[in-house]
Amino acid sequence: MEFQFASLADFLAMNGHGPFVWVAYGVTLATMAGLLLQPVLRKRQLQREFLREQRIRARRADSRQIAAPVMETAAAE
Amino acid sequence: MAWQWFHRLGSPRWFYEKSSAWLPWLAGASVLLLLVGAAWGLGFAPQDAKQGNSYRIIYIHVPASFLALAGYYLMAISGAIGLIWKMKLSFVVMRAAAPIGAALTFVALLTGAVWGKPTWGTYWVWDARITSMLILFFLYVGVIALSRAFSRDQLADKACALLALVGTVNIPIIYKSVDWWFTLHQPATIKLTESSSIDPSMFYPLLTMIIGFYGFYAWALILHTRTLVLQREWRTQWVQKLMGEGR
Repeated sequence: MEFQFASLADFLAMNGHGPFVWVAYGVTLATMAGLLLQPVLRKRQLQREFLREQRIRARRADSRQIAAPVMETAAAE
Repeated sequence: MAWQWFHRLGSPRWFYEKSSAWLPWLAGASVLLLLVGAAWGLGFAPQDAKQGNSYRIIYIHVPASFLALAGYYLMAISGAIGLIWKMKLSFVVMRAAAPIGAALTFVALLTGAVWGKPTWGTYWVWDARITSMLILFFLYVGVIALSRAFSRDQLADKACALLALVGTVNIPIIYKSVDWWFTLHQPATIKLTESSSIDPSMFYPLLTMIIGFYGFYAWALILHTRTLVLQREWRTQWVQKLMGEGR
């Protein structure tokens, strides 16, 4: 088994079939990379959503603590 | 006790925890196989006597087509298991398989078209093989669209599973299309029952690519399934805990 082409330029040209071969391999590679990337990006998005929800929850808990004594004084009057 | 593994298999949490250990192995093995197979096919396998170098597209066209079909089986069977045994994870796998299948069918069609130009003189012919592959692509897209059309996951699951099952009619048509109808498409290169019409020097790189594509498919399917599991089990304690730990 040996390399079938004399030079790199030969390898890229593929006797005139180069553009077809390389387009086919390029699009395949891009599609496969996209398939792997998509779930990773979605997971990051879920992680961000989780952090946002947590911040909102924390803020609500804070505002409740501040609001409580105010209501007590109002009731005392 | 004998059925315990079966129930565990259906648990999204069990799957999520176990699969993280499988991923690096699958990823490493499939990247290695694909790199070796592609270099072998592109640079070292001999030139085809009739088609010249354009035939080198076979090393991605055939594996992608194999997986496009095998992925459809997997999607339909997962849907059926979900319908029959009400297994949660099964529907998730079914949904994860749809975008991967659609992408691989697209790759099969595109590489076929690009290969067709220098070989047949045209990018596209409306023959049985190519048309039935196009229908396969639309079936995948249909399952994706249907999965997003319902606000309730349970309804979407059942609808997708039914569509996937009905669509299996197309699969034997794709297999037999090159034998039943006259076509420009060459008949199957690799046969299980008789000797293949391909030289060993071309067959081994092709086999390497096919195994590599199977590995890639498993890798992508697990990744997609894991993300869908997180999304589905969002409100459960274990997912919230996992997210809190930033994993």
